[in-house]
Amino acid sequence: MKEELFVSGRNIPHIDPYLHLWTWEIPLYLFLGGLAAGILFFAGYFYVMHKERDMKATIKWAPMLVPFILVIGLGALFLDLHHKLYFWRLYTIIRFQSPMSWGAWVLMAITPLSIVWAASYLKEVFPKWKWPFAWLDTFEAFVIKYRKAMAWIMMILSVILGVYTGILLSAFNARPLWNTSILGPLFLVSGFSTGLAAIIWMSKSKYERKVLTRIDLIFIFVELFFIIHMIMGFQAGSEAAHEAAKLFLGGEFTVTFWVFVVLLGLAFPATLEIFELRGYHVPVWIPSFLILLGGLIFRFVILEAGQITRYLY
Amino acid sequence: MRYAMAVDTKKCVGCGDCVVACQTENNVPHGYCRDWIVENVAGTYPKLEIELRSERCNHCENAPCVRCCPTGASHIVDGGIVLVTHDECIGCGACIESCPYDARYPHPEGYVDKCTFCVHRVTDGENPACVDVCPTHCLHFGDLDDPNSDVSKILKNRKWKVLAPEAGTKPQLYFLT
Ligand code: SF4
Ligand code: SF4
Repeated sequence: MKEELFVSGRNIPHIDPYLHLWTWEIPLYLFLGGLAAGILFFAGYFYVMHKERDMKATIKWAPMLVPFILVIGLGALFLDLHHKLYFWRLYTIIRFQSPMSWGAWVLMAITPLSIVWAASYLKEVFPKWKWPFAWLDTFEAFVIKYRKAMAWIMMILSVILGVYTGILLSAFNARPLWNTSILGPLFLVSGFSTGLAAIIWMSKSKYERKVLTRIDLIFIFVELFFIIHMIMGFQAGSEAAHEAAKLFLGGEFTVTFWVFVVLLGLAFPATLEIFELRGYHVPVWIPSFLILLGGLIFRFVILEAGQITRYLY
Repeated sequence: MRYAMAVDTKKCVGCGDCVVACQTENNVPHGYCRDWIVENVAGTYPKLEIELRSERCNHCENAPCVRCCPTGASHIVDGGIVLVTHDECIGCGACIESCPYDARYPHPEGYVDKCTFCVHRVTDGENPACVDVCPTHCLHFGDLDDPNSDVSKILKNRKWKVLAPEAGTKPQLYFLT
């Protein structure tokens, strides 16, 4: 039986003929959130593993970028709001059922933490750095003393932040493409992998790059596995889920997804990384850049495609 | 108390009076609407069937839009009516993304807006504007907990369906078929 729907008298901006309310701000925000989470997690992890001397880019340099990444991300979230003057309402209440709410709070906790972490290494990274007030020196000494505790908190919060970037979408039952519990772990590993790519790009030590590249490879393989798992899940799901999977299997996002996300954003850089580990010379920025770009496109694709999918009635 | 509405798809002629009545009653900005008409054509020519539905927010019992709202602007009041407090809404759009029926819209002033079941009229014992204006009397409104209400009586006597029950939202807009 063929069916056709006409909706008379409705052409609402951003909603008809299909939902396109969230455009570039939210995917950028999700990407930056994942990236920051990745960098902070490994900074914390290798600090706890006493690798401060060998892993300078991981523990000291890359975290310098995180406060900026997070502030840009929060800026993008702010730009997405249509009722901007009431922004502060987000921080008058915690609503655990709303990922948007607890995510906003996690960001509120992790942003200052990342600033303090970066600040505590300023003198080491920039030897000429001087704090303008004496109390800042005292504070710095205090922070350095408790770095280990900070590292642990950072690791926990960054896992929550990384998962949140996926759960924000997967909590929307109305959009079948997003409504899969694999999206949280998928965005977590993807975010961590982009974080690793950024650190590898910054690192000047061969040893550090090797350690990180190995971890990154694991993350990329897990990510590929999750992607296949997600699509298989849709195939085994309801009609609405089939429609969602179709967007990637012959539908309008097929090329963007398989070529730019899976091939150029995951498989190809992973191959380059394997070659590098085998001793071939690969310019380090190429795999890193591809992974970062792939991660960004991935979020745009999921965002846009997800808004098209819906219940069929 | 549990407010609900029944829409008679057999009687609706798709005139759109309910849409206009709502827009005037609630000052809905030009180009937007809180209720709308869907023409569902099914079958293969020449055996075609048409169903006309006057749709609006379903005032879901298990409302995803309320659950995902980060500020609590979206909330449920007495009688199960789902409302948005405009000056608590930050316009994040989460509720719009979460509604399986696309029943909400971003108001040009920034906040999110939707059908209120004409809460201002209903609390005074009146019907929503769309119900009163319908020339074929195909909209029925009332309290489901009251067996003598218009909506309870018609739901008892007629076959009905709700939209996308598999979404688990427990919609309170019933379509008589
Ligand atoms: S129809 Fe949509 S807006 Fe209305 S209560 Fe249900 S989910 Fe919320
Ligand atoms: S747009 Fe407004 S009502 Fe909707 S979820 Fe965001 S704050 Fe709540």
